Amino acid sequence: MSETRSISLKVDGKSFDADVETRFTLADFLRQQLGLTGTHLGCEHGVCGACTVLMDGRSVRSCLMLAVQADGHDITTIAGIAPNSDELHPLQQAFRNHHALQCGYCTPGILTTLVELLGDNPDPSDDEIRNAISGNLCRCTGYQPIITATQEAARKMRELRGGAS
Amino acid sequence: MKTFGNSVGRLEDPELLTGKACFVDDILFGNELHAAFVRSPHGHASIERIDCTEALALDGVHAVFTAEDFAPHLKVDRLIVGLPSPAYRQDINRPILAQGETVHVGEPIVLVVAKNRYIAEDAAQLVDIDYSPLTAVGDCRAALAPDSARVHNETPHNLLAEFDVDYGDVEAAFDAAPHVFTESIWQHRGGAHSIECRGTMARYDALEDLLTVWSSTQTPHTARQLLCEILGREENQIRVITPDVGGGFGPKLIFYPEDASVALAAMLLQRPVKWIEDRREHFIASTQERDQYWEVEIAVDADASIRGIRGNLVHEHGAYTARGVNLPYESAQTVTLPYEVPAYALNVKLALTNKVPVTPVRGAGQPQGTFVMERLLDRVAREMKLDRAEVRRRNLIAAEKMPYTKPLRSRGGMQVVLDSGDYPQIQRMVLEASDWEGFVERKAQAVSEGRYIGLGLANFVKGTGRGPFEPVTVRVSASGKIFVSTGAAAMGQSTKTMLAQIVSDQLGGALENVIVSAGDTGTISMGLGGFNSRQAVMAGSSAHLAALKLREKILTVGARLLEENIDQLEFEIDAIRIKGSAQKNVKLGDIARMLGGTPGFALPEGVSPGMEVTESFVCNEMAYANGAAVAEVEVDVETGGVSVKKIVIAHDCGRVINPMLVDGQIVGGVVHGLGNALFEWMGFDENCQPLTTTFADYLLVSATEVPPIEVLHMESPSPLNPLGVKGVGECGVLPIAPAIMSAIEDAMSPFGAHISRAPIHPSEIVEMAQAGRKG
Repeated sequence: MSETRSISLKVDGKSFDADVETRFTLADFLRQQLGLTGTHLGCEHGVCGACTVLMDGRSVRSCLMLAVQADGHDITTIAGIAPNSDELHPLQQAFRNHHALQCGYCTPGILTTLVELLGDNPDPSDDEIRNAISGNLCRCTGYQPIITATQEAARKMRELRGGAS
Repeated sequence: MKTFGNSVGRLEDPELLTGKACFVDDILFGNELHAAFVRSPHGHASIERIDCTEALALDGVHAVFTAEDFAPHLKVDRLIVGLPSPAYRQDINRPILAQGETVHVGEPIVLVVAKNRYIAEDAAQLVDIDYSPLTAVGDCRAALAPDSARVHNETPHNLLAEFDVDYGDVEAAFDAAPHVFTESIWQHRGGAHSIECRGTMARYDALEDLLTVWSSTQTPHTARQLLCEILGREENQIRVITPDVGGGFGPKLIFYPEDASVALAAMLLQRPVKWIEDRREHFIASTQERDQYWEVEIAVDADASIRGIRGNLVHEHGAYTARGVNLPYESAQTVTLPYEVPAYALNVKLALTNKVPVTPVRGAGQPQGTFVMERLLDRVAREMKLDRAEVRRRNLIAAEKMPYTKPLRSRGGMQVVLDSGDYPQIQRMVLEASDWEGFVERKAQAVSEGRYIGLGLANFVKGTGRGPFEPVTVRVSASGKIFVSTGAAAMGQSTKTMLAQIVSDQLGGALENVIVSAGDTGTISMGLGGFNSRQAVMAGSSAHLAALKLREKILTVGARLLEENIDQLEFEIDAIRIKGSAQKNVKLGDIARMLGGTPGFALPEGVSPGMEVTESFVCNEMAYANGAAVAEVEVDVETGGVSVKKIVIAHDCGRVINPMLVDGQIVGGVVHGLGNALFEWMGFDENCQPLTTTFADYLLVSATEVPPIEVLHMESPSPLNPLGVKGVGECGVLPIAPAIMSAIEDAMSPFGAHISRAPIHPSEIVEMAQAGRKG
């Protein structure tokens, strides 16, 4: 029952080699085995989206994935989206500016989902943002400030990109 | 810089945004064990035999506990938590683990402790329990019939409590009334569904003989008191800490069997034990709100002035008392609040059922009372062919009548006095912002295009700031940092920022200089906790008073040290100085050091020791916040789909400490109300088996269902507290379900639609449309 497998993966830029029980979910592996508790579990059946992380840049539910499936992959959690430890990602900053989080429990999954969205679509409409996070449940904010914050972050990121080119 | 009234950023955010926050499940000691509960699969059954042999034999299992195993270690084996009331007909208290009989699906019976949760759940599957199923009672109305099966084998009937909320001569009001309208209303609210479920972790330290419990509780001091009573320990032997909490919304204020079980297991095993509720458990084992059945009638004069309201309410209580009669009491009390209602009589019965106990969810029964009143007024308007807003305008309490004494008593026996506000003006604000007058044309235009749109309106008044007090300690350390401690637990509503704003406004103005502990019995001896929109009112006022006292002390000492009059001094971040002089200053930390005492040296004359002040602002009366909302909907009469197009809400929570945070509370509440109107339904079959135990079955509002929400403000300072504030956390919920139902009725007026329920399901919309076509 407690068969283990060796896996190697990157989490937030750091490499890890670990023996993991084959039935451990990616979320439980990150949280309990690696002690990276930034990723949260809200429903463990793939609906609430709190546990969303990026695998090779694509959003996945870490409660619905086994840790062994992440072998050889590059995982990004909320703790890895900022450019460095002194600076916030534009989404993080905009969330703060617009009170787009209250208890903050769903925030890790919403931020990672939106990082993916803005990577694909630098200038989303409000409806596109709403659709992107329609698989992320938030009980506190009513979502409205999240939309506002995402628009601000998108604008900021476009400016940064425009400035660099 | 003063921050009161400004949208300053939150102290809570940096950790939450970067994954560094610490929720209860984030506490990792490395040697902790994990708990899983074996829960009843039956609504009602006798427990014939429990065999834990196989579970105990599983590799990685450390212990398996039944009620029998716990019994020798418990001073009290029931959770006696009901708020006092003369209304009880029976005391039905929860056991810590069920023994002999189980009365709802999800009731904990056996606790398994193992190396990890995976193994604990495996072992839970191996516990073998023989049940003899008994008749389960699911419908709270049927439960009250004399020949109903009993929810508990040993009780004489299923009536848990009964009371009347009444005033005035109701008989006379109805006897002489030109119009009387009757409504039968069903209301259902579901669970809280904070995205973080419940959780508790306990560690016993034999060296200090200290049991530390980290719990996602809204009421840490209550939890400590109950643990002391249950485990027979003293206050100094138990510390309860509320870490970061991922939303509360009511059920986390309850003390649960799991809290007691995990604490005892940690003591017995001498190892930290953690239990984290999963979502399925939240559906079946966390308290929730459910059904209320109202039979009500309203008597009005020829000009639609209300003469009286009367009726009865049957409230589903669940299988045990986990809080008290407060929820239906608030429902009953809220009905008449915004309006002049000369006579009122409501009989309320609380019925036991074989389902998980019912306790408050955000709004605590007040959304239901609001819904009933607003439905009645829509009925009056329709029957008398008057504008819905006009009917309300004629009956709202006028601003010049404030403060307005309602002939009602709170559940604690206090007179209800609406302390301040301008209810008619609040209604005017939402009517104007939603173009109520111009909507008739838009609606006619839509009908001509085959679309059904409608507007709905609702007013509300909400009791906030439940007393009697919430202590706050403010202390300046030798480093100059300002520590604020309170039992007013934070669960996402920005309590720390709110308190820091209030305190720093008196003590230097630097928010970042303030460190807040909210919900740790180790940092303050008393506390009531977080519920009933009370934090800003009660803890905020205490913090303000404590900071003022400390300010006075600092200025007194500073004046001596700087040899200057107090009125010539000013605060400058972590120091006080002579106005305009950068050099002549004294650090707060140095004053703290001085008042900390030096052996053999006198304190400044007339100054008491220490830089710490604890204040408990006492207020028994509630501060009544109010507001109004207009919802616009479009109804698809073929599919039954209701699309909410816009919500305008105006509210008055007195003086606003932080507009950004207040808007956040309002909008969040509005969306909770939207869920109650259209989506949330906790279903059970006739055997009391839960039908909705995932987020695929039980629908929470997601981003795509939320319309633009416009928030309008009015500030009528409450005279009840030094800050002039009223609570806001629950307010947004109250007017939404009635405003949406009103809007749906309006949209479906061509079909003669009449709604007397919440939530409403698309199938019912379709039925109403079909019935209307036939009619």
